[in-house]
Amino acid sequence: MNTVSDSLALALQLIAQADARLLAIVGLSLRVSGSACLLGALFGLSLGAWLAVARFPGQRVAVWLLNTLLALPAVVVGLTVYLLLSRAGPLGAFGILFTPAAMVLAQTILVIPLIAALARRLVQEALADGGDQLRSMGAGRFTSALLLLVHERFGVLTVWLTAFGRAIAEVGAVMIVGGNIDGVTRVMTTAIALETSKGDLPLALALGAVLLGVVGLLNALIALAQWRGGVPREAMA
Amino acid sequence: MKPLFRHLAATLALTLAAALVPTAQAQDKFITMASTTSTEQSGLFGHLLPVFKQATGIDVRVVAVGTGQALDIGRRGDADVVFVHNTAAEEKFVAEGHAARRQNVMYNDFVLVGPADDPAGTKGRDIGAALKALAASPVVFVSRGDKSGTHSAELRLWKAAGLDPAAAKAAGYRECGCGMGPALNMASSVGGYVLTDRGTWISFKNRGRLAVLVEGDRNLFNQYGVMVVDPAKHPGVKADLAQQFADWVLSRDGQATIAAYKIDGQQLFFPNAGE
Amino acid sequence: MLRDEPLLPLMQMGEPLLSLHDAQVRFGSVTALDSVTLTLHRGERVAVVGANGAGKTTLLRLLHGLVPGRGRTEHRPAGRPLVAAMLFQRPFLLHLSARWNVWVSLWLRGVPRAERAARCALALQRVGLAALGGRSARSLSGGQQQRLALARAWALQPDILFLDEPTASLDPSAKREVEALIEALGQDGVTLVICTHNLGQAKRLATRVLYLEAGRLRVDWPTERFFDPQYPPPAAAAFLKGELPWQ
Repeated sequence: MNTVSDSLALALQLIAQADARLLAIVGLSLRVSGSACLLGALFGLSLGAWLAVARFPGQRVAVWLLNTLLALPAVVVGLTVYLLLSRAGPLGAFGILFTPAAMVLAQTILVIPLIAALARRLVQEALADGGDQLRSMGAGRFTSALLLLVHERFGVLTVWLTAFGRAIAEVGAVMIVGGNIDGVTRVMTTAIALETSKGDLPLALALGAVLLGVVGLLNALIALAQWRGGVPREAMA
Repeated sequence: MKPLFRHLAATLALTLAAALVPTAQAQDKFITMASTTSTEQSGLFGHLLPVFKQATGIDVRVVAVGTGQALDIGRRGDADVVFVHNTAAEEKFVAEGHAARRQNVMYNDFVLVGPADDPAGTKGRDIGAALKALAASPVVFVSRGDKSGTHSAELRLWKAAGLDPAAAKAAGYRECGCGMGPALNMASSVGGYVLTDRGTWISFKNRGRLAVLVEGDRNLFNQYGVMVVDPAKHPGVKADLAQQFADWVLSRDGQATIAAYKIDGQQLFFPNAGE
Repeated sequence: MLRDEPLLPLMQMGEPLLSLHDAQVRFGSVTALDSVTLTLHRGERVAVVGANGAGKTTLLRLLHGLVPGRGRTEHRPAGRPLVAAMLFQRPFLLHLSARWNVWVSLWLRGVPRAERAARCALALQRVGLAALGGRSARSLSGGQQQRLALARAWALQPDILFLDEPTASLDPSAKREVEALIEALGQDGVTLVICTHNLGQAKRLATRVLYLEAGRLRVDWPTERFFDPQYPPPAAAAFLKGELPWQ
């Protein structure tokens, strides 16, 4: 338990010193995972909404596939993207392997199934409430689904936060496609892995505490925004 | 609704740009070097590469993985330079046509570390005798087991001593499939023995009761080689920039910079280009 | 079973808007509506009454086009497609302001962008919610929510307005408010078709009453005749006496 208290003290010290390299690493983590989740939301929300309303043969298979992909290990995604982006692979000409762009791509692929599955459930439940009336107002199926996403936007925010948590905490994908290059593709999780492999456990735990602190701060800001924006809701007379 | 969509689209575009612009900027000269975790963790690159950048303006981006993976990255043409320490594997790499040649750069050495009270009685012997003593003793020996340069060196030494570690030491031989740091951690926590490169040992902070027991044996020397990935086989490789690196690290300046790198006043790497 | 025919002279009715001829609606093996023949004319105010499960809601949905069924014909008044809207017992309002809810309704029906803001404002004014346009729709009272639903329907300038038990969930004062508004909309010229359990409401608002029983249209009479205490329609006599035949 000495290690744990040492680490917490070290974590506070690191934050207080605002070491430039640490800030760069934290900044990169936020940018990579944030971008991946925004991109992932674009595709994932559309996919989830569409699956909630579409009627086509094999729809159940598609939903089953989506739910299965939720368990996709990050390292498998990393490996697949690496093989695609490698100079020996089909997309090698773009030259984005070992750059943050590759990391964003890998994490986007990682979070899309999660966002889609959660969005689909969100839309389905909302459809049970108001799908009928929206249809009577002239909304097509997909338009209804998108309207309901706007209607349930706080639910969508929670979905996004879940995805962001998954992205910023994963190490398997970004390690392989980024290469953990100092100053270029090193993010919080790969830095933690590095310090662990060097045997510097207190520093590794301290970085872990910093990571949690950053995500905690983000969540607090969002909760604050929700509270301010959602004051007199659902006040049934 | 429309203004909302526009807002979202704008935010999306800005975020992507912000995330990816740094990548676009870094199109000033750089090469990708595949090397090993032990080399990077020794701190050599932090000392060597800034000097290189000063001299040539070229950034070197190091992807540090195990030797096996580093060579694989080179085989796919994803690295421009390969800098590892496994001569046999490097020669195979050249024979396969992925590089024109390999060249000696420097060497460091391995040491055998174990509990300070040395239950297996290895201290002061040469490495062959020490390994035989370990085989005869029930103590734990931690092997990296990850096809890295260190792991290959370890297997070579067992073979040279006429022993098959899995058979001779069955109970006590633990393969962790991990890097040097975790292997040392494991040895420290179970009171076992492990073969490590001196560089990692000097920087290792979690020693516990571990101490150096065998060193200095010529067989423990660890030769580093540099290879420029052949552009004939991998057209995307930045061959001339990579060649500049190889030339520099073999030059008098490069070699002197290597020799100047010290931890706790001890020199870690001994330049031997041209030998 | 004889069907009681309407007796109004044809001249008094407006142009035909929507017709059903021997219409039928089936859900799997269940026949919800059978052999229904009627025509809706402009300016009519029709009440649809009957026991639970008689098919009132299904009839409304068939007329509005929400359920597939055979025998439905739309007439094109002034050569353009028919515009119809529907109100439900509990309106589904989006988590947006009252104004945005009306806006969405206009957007969904393809009303040109330039007209939307003006029609929103007009509609809110018509139902007396102009001051509450910026408030979250879900925070309005039950009566206000139903008025908002009327606003978003009225904003479309519909030919026909279908109302499925519009005041069933409201307290008495809200009921009166909403009824008054519905009546006003009827006088604006919108054809009304109201499903209701409340026979008093039917008497107050409607010019014509349809009585459904077990999926069939049994009575189609003008209001005064339907509610004539001395000569009630035979087929609906039991219902009117308050003894509703349960299925």
